[in-house]
Amino acid sequence: MSINRRDFLKMTVAGIAVGAFPGIAVAGSELLKKKGQRVVIVGGGFGGATAAKYIRDWSHNKVEVVLIERNAMFISCPMSNTVLGGSRKINDLTRSYDSLKKKHGVKLIQGEVTAIDPEKQTVMLSKGHLSYDRLIVAPGVDFMFDQIGGLDAKIADEKIHHAWKAGAQTVKLRKQLEAMPDGGVFAIGIPKGPYRCPPGPYERACQVAHYMKQNKPKSKVLILDANPDITSKKGLFMAAWNELYPGMVEYRPNAAVLSVDAGGMVAKTEFDDVKADVLNIIPPMKAGAVASMAGVVGADGRWCAVDFITYESKVHKNIHVIGDAVAAALPKSGHMATSQAKICAAAVIEMLQGKQPEQDPAIVNTCYSMVSDTDAVHVANVFRFNVEKQSMVSADGGGVSGKRSAEEGAFANFWLDNILDDVLG
Amino acid sequence: MIKKYLLIITCALGLALPAIHAQAEVDKHARNLAGSCAACHGTNGHSKSGMPTLAGLDRTYFVTALKEFKSGARPATVMQHHAKGYTDAEFELLADFFASQKVGKKH
Ligand SMILES: Cc1cc2nc3c(=O)[nH]c(=O)nc-3n(C[C@H](O)[C@H](O)[C@H](O)COP(=O)(O)OP(=O)(O)OC[C@H]3O[C@@H](n4cnc5c(N)ncnc54)[C@H](O)[C@@H]3O)c2cc1C
Ligand code: HEC
Repeated sequence: MSINRRDFLKMTVAGIAVGAFPGIAVAGSELLKKKGQRVVIVGGGFGGATAAKYIRDWSHNKVEVVLIERNAMFISCPMSNTVLGGSRKINDLTRSYDSLKKKHGVKLIQGEVTAIDPEKQTVMLSKGHLSYDRLIVAPGVDFMFDQIGGLDAKIADEKIHHAWKAGAQTVKLRKQLEAMPDGGVFAIGIPKGPYRCPPGPYERACQVAHYMKQNKPKSKVLILDANPDITSKKGLFMAAWNELYPGMVEYRPNAAVLSVDAGGMVAKTEFDDVKADVLNIIPPMKAGAVASMAGVVGADGRWCAVDFITYESKVHKNIHVIGDAVAAALPKSGHMATSQAKICAAAVIEMLQGKQPEQDPAIVNTCYSMVSDTDAVHVANVFRFNVEKQSMVSADGGGVSGKRSAEEGAFANFWLDNILDDVLG
Repeated sequence: MIKKYLLIITCALGLALPAIHAQAEVDKHARNLAGSCAACHGTNGHSKSGMPTLAGLDRTYFVTALKEFKSGARPATVMQHHAKGYTDAEFELLADFFASQKVGKKH
């Protein structure tokens, strides 16, 4: 147990440490009049939307929840690689926030958070501000474009797409694949871990190869991996490449993309210059900018350290962080974000009542990967809180599929339906 | 256990308390553990897809299933990896939680 009951009460009463945020002026007026206890959640992705719904449901609608999200619609990253392969359209992965509002009474504000004042407990948007009792930061990831020479957000949008946030770029990348000549090269650049969705890039290679096999059989997928080896489900991905797409997928370890030449469509690694017809460079990632606005990013300048009983930040006492933004030996996945969100939701409700949160969390992650239009493989683990290490540790017995199968392909699709309904339904 | 009998008695007497009662009854540890199953099996075990529904499963059937996934006696694609991460006592807690979910009701 990390905190005893007395410390815990002391913490709640003492409130937050005064941070170094002198420059922030509280702009505009309070957007929604605050009556009772209010939780503000920034980011309506897998983590934030789940926390919003569960805080409402588990508090029997007693806690006010305001969810701030920049996008009008929710678009699922999970399964978005199948848009490249052709078995789905982006619309199949797009959902509205209506149920969260109507069924669960979540107050949704579409807008961009521009600043956070942890001392005054206020979140700033361009149109005004919101005060909170507790804040949940769930911004997902931002890209570190400055780590790759010649690449920036504009070039990523126009020419060298990462498509690592599902949406417009996913569709553009599919169009580039369609426009590619037979015999062309589609290069995928993978950053060093930790990054969002460890098996995702290798699943993408399968989906691109699947498209090529049907439409452009002389083409090639070239994987430039900054990591020394395939980071997830190695045997299963290699079997899929060798057996389903023989000769089509080339894998290069220790091949970090250091710079790009967007004009010539060249990716440069330490060892050589790679010319490709489509460049899909996934830059290194860090916690979304909201985390630095809240001052909760750790010494590494990238991720946020939290207490795994409550997901409260190690820096600011009443700010919680969930999802990809968290620093942990946990995979950055949609399922993991929802699992964390529920533990955080339960803890936030208890803490608002001055009670002690549950002390023995166990959470699950599963990632299915579609290796063709029909077949999938999985990795699944239970993670439990370890008191000595003060962190989440993988329990024995987790692991990956014995082999790829259409049965698991069906389960993967069922998983998507149920998780999206659990998050937004 | 005592709470459970009380609930049965209250229900048997037909007292109109179950809604409030059900809220007070929820074991939060079980509820939180069960939260991680929802990605596949649906919110509170109410599956909206081809995944098996857990809501309303008989508790003995449920515990047996998880024990057999753990031992390997029941073949599975993915459940062996989950079952091995929990204790038998947690199987019982989860069984109680899912058995008490009303079938045909969403939450
Ligand atoms: C190709 C691909 C495939 C994947 N496949 C899987 C899979 O099969 N299974 C799986 O479990 N996971 C998968 N993932 C990973 C999964 O998508 C992420 O781990 C998950 O989305 C993380 O949830 P989150 O809540 O942390 O972030 P997000 O879901 O990204 O949510 C963050 C939200 O915050 C909003 N936001 C950020 N900043 C602001 C701001 N300043 N103001 C307002 N709003 C803001 C964003 O718009 C966004 O909606 C995949 C990812 C990719 C890219
Ligand atoms: C990754 C998806 C996934 C997760 C997460 C998951 N399950 Fe399952 N579950 C399945 C699948 C798929 C089956 C069918 C057996 C198989 O192939 O593994 C199943 C079967 C079951 C069954 C047998 C149902 C029956 O009708 O016979 C039980 C009980 C069960 N799961 C309980 C749980 C519990 C409890 C949890 C959470 C601790 C959980 N599951 C988490 C996918 C999942």
